[in-house]
Amino acid sequence: MRKNGVKMIKIKAKDVDVFYGKKQALFNISLDIEENQVTALIGPSGCGKSTFLRCLNRMNDVIDICSVKGEILINDFNINDKSCDVVRLREKIGMVFQKPNPFPKTLYENVSYGPTIHGIAQSKQEMDEIVETSLKKAALWEEVKDRLHEPGTGLSGGQQQRLCIARAISVRPEVILMDEPCSALDPIATAQIEELIDELKKEHTIIIVTHSMAQAARVSQNTGFFHLGQLIEHGSTDKIFKNPDNKKTQDYITGRFG
Amino acid sequence: MNKNKEQLLNKRYKAEQRFRLYGLSAIFMALLFLTIFIFKIFSTGYSAFQKTWLIVPVTFDAELMMLDQNPSKEDLQDADYYDIALKSMADLDPNANEDQENELKRMVSYFFEKEIKNELLNDPNLIGKTKEVYLTASDDLDQVFKGNYPRDLPEDQRRVSDYQLKIFDQLVANGKVESKFNISFFTNADSREAELAGIASSFMGSIFSILVCLMIAFPVAVLAAIYLEEFAPKNRFTDFIEVNINNLAAVPSIVFGLLGLGVLLAIFQLPRSTPLVGGITLSLMTLPTIIIAARASLKAVPPSIREAALAMGASRMQTTMHHTVPLSMPGTLSGTIIGLAQALGETAPLILIGMVAFVNTIPGSPMDPAASLPVQIYIWAESAERGFVEKVSACIMVLLGFLIIMNLFAQIIRHKFEKKWS
Repeated sequence: MRKNGVKMIKIKAKDVDVFYGKKQALFNISLDIEENQVTALIGPSGCGKSTFLRCLNRMNDVIDICSVKGEILINDFNINDKSCDVVRLREKIGMVFQKPNPFPKTLYENVSYGPTIHGIAQSKQEMDEIVETSLKKAALWEEVKDRLHEPGTGLSGGQQQRLCIARAISVRPEVILMDEPCSALDPIATAQIEELIDELKKEHTIIIVTHSMAQAARVSQNTGFFHLGQLIEHGSTDKIFKNPDNKKTQDYITGRFG
Repeated sequence: MNKNKEQLLNKRYKAEQRFRLYGLSAIFMALLFLTIFIFKIFSTGYSAFQKTWLIVPVTFDAELMMLDQNPSKEDLQDADYYDIALKSMADLDPNANEDQENELKRMVSYFFEKEIKNELLNDPNLIGKTKEVYLTASDDLDQVFKGNYPRDLPEDQRRVSDYQLKIFDQLVANGKVESKFNISFFTNADSREAELAGIASSFMGSIFSILVCLMIAFPVAVLAAIYLEEFAPKNRFTDFIEVNINNLAAVPSIVFGLLGLGVLLAIFQLPRSTPLVGGITLSLMTLPTIIIAARASLKAVPPSIREAALAMGASRMQTTMHHTVPLSMPGTLSGTIIGLAQALGETAPLILIGMVAFVNTIPGSPMDPAASLPVQIYIWAESAERGFVEKVSACIMVLLGFLIIMNLFAQIIRHKFEKKWS
């Protein structure tokens, strides 16, 4: 989104290196991510795009041997700084995973979990509203409104993924990270999710990792191309797909490797 | 070429058929052993649930009991019942000489005096009258009546004399011998007399021990497992701890008994022979079992659930308590039940801490001396009297029943939890 013609930068990564033990997985990544836009990260398997995504909400902390160097500024605040509280960070930065992973609880509990632990809702009524709006935004409300108290694991794959999106947006995060959210879904469910992503970008900044170049072209405004742990090229999706600067990008886009 | 392929295919089918056959025969073998075991236990043990009574006419002669006219309750309590008890037994054979009178007395349990006393206390109007009273038969006659006693042995090798058998057969012919459900087996504590021995003390001892064991082992083990699995850093030190927990699970139980003896009794001066000490000792033994089971079931919770919770901004503690631990509970609980079942059947450590002592009182708390069911089996199996043979099997049946109920309980808990989470 532009204000007065100036791009608003939400996330600024500066010289990010990631190591798994001694092995370096990301080299010197610097990338700006625009607010209220969809940024797609593409590249062949093992190129580090998911690793980069997980740096943005510090999910790599969970992995003992993983260490991250460099600055990642979100709203000009370095999240790799010691003073950064991961719990509050993750409240602001939601995440949707590759495989739908609803909690084995009811639909209602799934969506209300975030607001509960962060103390967002003051009353039962408010919570009901949050659950309803989140499910509506995730385009799931109509399908499940009569069975909110049934287990979330009983839904179909596509519905489960939308439930996970509803869960992620229930705490109104500023950024939503999506790690190949459609790779386990059929084309119809994929189309629904893509439509949803387009809708969600009005309120959230979205970063999506995807294997499908067609998907990147369909949903994103900006694209970054990763290869062997390096960010080869990034820019507007139009440019990357139609007129890339780098030969490798060109080869990957046209399907010559990957 | 084609023929070769056909042969290969045939071979593969045959291999599968053979494998199925092996599997079936393995199951058959297992079932066979189980059936033999259960049949043996039941066929020897079922008779212990019946008790033989002699019906003997007792004349409540006030003079013999040294009672005055219109005796009070206390007088009845303090009265002398031995003489009328002896007389009623002697009266079974009016022609008996002194030796024979002694033999007649030994046809009932030494408890007979008390049984006659209770009869009168229940109905004081019996004074001066004659009533047929049920007296517990001696264990040997009990076995004779149940058909477990070889009557064709020479008399000097039998504990029942020909004279006793003659009188007993007369009583049987007159319908004065009756078999009833053996309530005292469940309400009496242990006794040196087989006909009076019961499992109440050891049953309560087992229950108290298991409760103490559960209350100590479960929280400690679950906390240890959660910490090791969810919070502890993975380094050499935690590896070392893990190896040692596994080693602990393999330590022979008698070693824990020695530990209980050396530490709990010698250093901490806890009361000997009590379920408290037994339970603590058993909990040391159960601890590694529960820790291993709890860790395994924590590990089995899919990482995606943890990631989902963490990504929502749950702290590690919240992730663990809201998601991981509840999901791991069914596995943890069944591990706990397995550990407790092991503890329930454990004998060696309890013998070392003195729960093998002869206890003829029923414990009211974990601080009272008691035996436990497996130790009771051991004590009875060591006893020479024929009457204890069936008691051993009966006690095994009770122990098995206890275990079955525990497992059933575990299944119900599991089922409930799993319903909630699926």
